[in-house]
Amino acid sequence: MAERLLEVEDLRVSFATEDGLVRAVDGVSFTLDRGEVLAIVGESGSGKSVSVMTLLGLTRSVNTRFAGSARYKGLDLLSASEQQLERIRGAEIAMIFQDPISSLSPVHRVGDQIVEQIRAHDKKISKAAALDRAVELMERVGIPNARARARAYPHEFSGGMRQRAMIAMALSLDPSVLIADEPTTALDVTIQAQIIEEIKALRERSASGVIFVTHDLAVVADIADRVIVMYAGRVVEQGTLEEIFYDPQHPYTWGLLGSVTRTDRDPPRRLPSIPGAPPSLVRPPAGCHFRPRCPHAFERCVEVPELTSRLPEAPGHLDRCWLEVEEKRRRREVAGRIGLVAEAVA
Amino acid sequence: MARFAVRRTISVLALLFATSVVVWGIFEVIPSYNPARAIAGREANATTVAAVARKFGFDKPKYVQYVDTMKQVFEGQIIDYQNDLNVVQQFRQKFPVTVSLVVPAAIIWFVLAVILGSISALRAGKLSDRAIMVLAIVGVSIPVFLLAELLLYVFAYNSSIFPAGGYAPFLPNPGQWFYHLILPWFAIAALSIGFYARVLRSNLLDMVNQDFVRTARAKGLSQRKVFVRHVLRNSLMPIITMFGLDFATLLGGATLVTETVFNLPGIGQYEAQAIGNLDVPPILVGALFTAFFVVVFGAIVDVIYALLDPRVRLTG
Repeated sequence: MAERLLEVEDLRVSFATEDGLVRAVDGVSFTLDRGEVLAIVGESGSGKSVSVMTLLGLTRSVNTRFAGSARYKGLDLLSASEQQLERIRGAEIAMIFQDPISSLSPVHRVGDQIVEQIRAHDKKISKAAALDRAVELMERVGIPNARARARAYPHEFSGGMRQRAMIAMALSLDPSVLIADEPTTALDVTIQAQIIEEIKALRERSASGVIFVTHDLAVVADIADRVIVMYAGRVVEQGTLEEIFYDPQHPYTWGLLGSVTRTDRDPPRRLPSIPGAPPSLVRPPAGCHFRPRCPHAFERCVEVPELTSRLPEAPGHLDRCWLEVEEKRRRREVAGRIGLVAEAVA
Repeated sequence: MARFAVRRTISVLALLFATSVVVWGIFEVIPSYNPARAIAGREANATTVAAVARKFGFDKPKYVQYVDTMKQVFEGQIIDYQNDLNVVQQFRQKFPVTVSLVVPAAIIWFVLAVILGSISALRAGKLSDRAIMVLAIVGVSIPVFLLAELLLYVFAYNSSIFPAGGYAPFLPNPGQWFYHLILPWFAIAALSIGFYARVLRSNLLDMVNQDFVRTARAKGLSQRKVFVRHVLRNSLMPIITMFGLDFATLLGGATLVTETVFNLPGIGQYEAQAIGNLDVPPILVGALFTAFFVVVFGAIVDVIYALLDPRVRLTG
C-alpha cells in the first residue's frame, strides 16, 4: 500500500467576524496517499480553499478557530508550531494558487522568487546553484528560454507562463504533497489543458500526492482518483471518480454534473444551472445546507444528514442525503431525462 | 532614460520661469511695497528716494526690471537691499548649515518612521500600536515653533543638557556639530516621523492581505523574511514619494522656523529675515532654489521608484 501522507479528521474552521461566527469548514475528513490525486469540488465559498490553506497554517489568525485534526506523516498540522510549519511549507507540502499575477511578488524577478523558495529550505546551496536549479525547473514546466526569462518580472510574463512559474516554484523542493488551489481558473482553456498536463506529469514523475481544488468538473474527470464534493462548509459526497461521476448520490452533485457544458452534443439554449445561491455561513439553514435549493427536499431534511455510506456495495462512497438509494436513482434518471429532453427540444 | 532627462530638464526650466514671475509679481502688488524707500531709509526725503529709485532701476518699465533682476540672479551678481551683500554668495555660505540640519534629520525621520510604522503594523490593535499612533498624532499636530521652544526649554534652559541654539561647523569639531544640532534635528523630524509612520502602517496592513504575501508564507519563509522582503518592500513606495518632496522643500529652505528658533545661520534664517524686511532678491533666489530642489528630487524619486518597482517606466 502506498504511504499515507495526509490524514484529515473532522476538520472544522470558523472565523469570528462582526456578524458572528462564520463556519467556513464544518467537518471535513479525508486521507491522501502517495501518488494519488484528490479533487475537492464546490462553488465559491464552499470552504474548499479554506480547508487546504488550513493544512499549511495559512488561515491562522486571532479570529480563527480550529477543531478536529489534520496530520501530515503523523504531525498534527493544527497544533504544530509556526517553526514546524515553516519547515513543512514549500518543502513537504507546496501550494499553487489561483491567480498567478497577484500571487507572485511584483517587485522580484521570477527566477529570484524560485531561488528564494529553494534557499528557504536548503540553507547550504549557493545563489548561483539555486538559480541554475530554478532555470532547470522553469525549463521542465515548459517555459522557453528559461535562462533569460528567469531575469524577467511577473508582469512581463503571460498568465499561463506565470502559472508555470508558480508550478516550478512549488515543485522546486520535490514536495510530497502538492496542493493546487484552482490553478487553472484564471487561465484560458488551452493554457488550462497545458497546466493540467504539467500537474499530471509531476505526479507520474515524483509520485507525490496531489490535492486539486476546483469548481470545474471537466478538469476533475481528467485528473482525479477520488473526489470530495463540498457545499456550504460541509462535505456532501465523497468517493472515487467513477462513483461520483457514474453514481452520484447527492442532488447537489447531480446539479454540478448537470452544469458541465458538453461539447459532444449540441449546446442547449440555456446553460443548465442550479437555481439559488449558497447560504450564509453565519446563519446556515437548519438540517441539510442544500435544502433551500434542493428540488427533492422533504420533511426529514431539517435534520442534519450524516456523512455515511448508504451503498452496501461501495462502502467508501459517502454522502449526506436522506433520500432512499432507489428513490435517488429514480429521480436522477428522471432529472437526467428531463435534461436530455430539454436539450433535444432546444 | 535620455527622453526622461530631457523632459525633466524642460520642466525644471519651465517651473523656474513660472516661479520667478509669480514671486517677483507678488511684490509688485503689495500696496506698501516701495524698495527705493526701504533702501533709502525712513529719514530720506522724496528727492533721495527718487535718486535711489533711478540708481537701482526701479523707475524702468516692469518687464525691464524683471529681465534685469533675472540677469543678475543668473550671473550671480544680485545684491540684497538690506545689507548690500551678494545673495548668491550668501546662499553658498549658508547652505552647508541647512544641509547639516536637513540631511541627518531626514535620515532620523525615515528610519524611525519605518521602525515605528512596522512595529505598529505588526502589533496592530495592541497597546504598543495604540501608543505609537497617539504619539504619531501628537508629532503631526504639534507646530514646529512650539516643539522647538519646548525642546529648548526642557533640554537647554531647564537642564542644559544641550546648548540653547547656535551652530558649530562639522569641521574641525564634529562632536560640537552633533551636540548643537541634535535638538533641531528632532524638532524637524517629529512631524514627518508621525506622518510617515501612520502612512506606512496603513500600507503595511493593506499589503499583509495580498496574495503574494500568502505565497511567501506558503514557501516556508520565516515571518521576518516574509515581512522584510515582501510586505515592507512593497509598502515603501508611498513614503518614498513623500520623502523626496519633503526632503527637497526642506533643503530648499523650508526650515525658516527651526533655524530661527535655534539661531542656525542657514538659508532658512536668511529667508526669514528677508521676508521680514520685504527684501526681494533673497526671497526670489530662495523661491527659485526651492523650486529647483523640488523638481530635481521629484526626478530622483521617479528613478528610485523605477528601480524599486519594475512595473514603473520612466516616461517623464
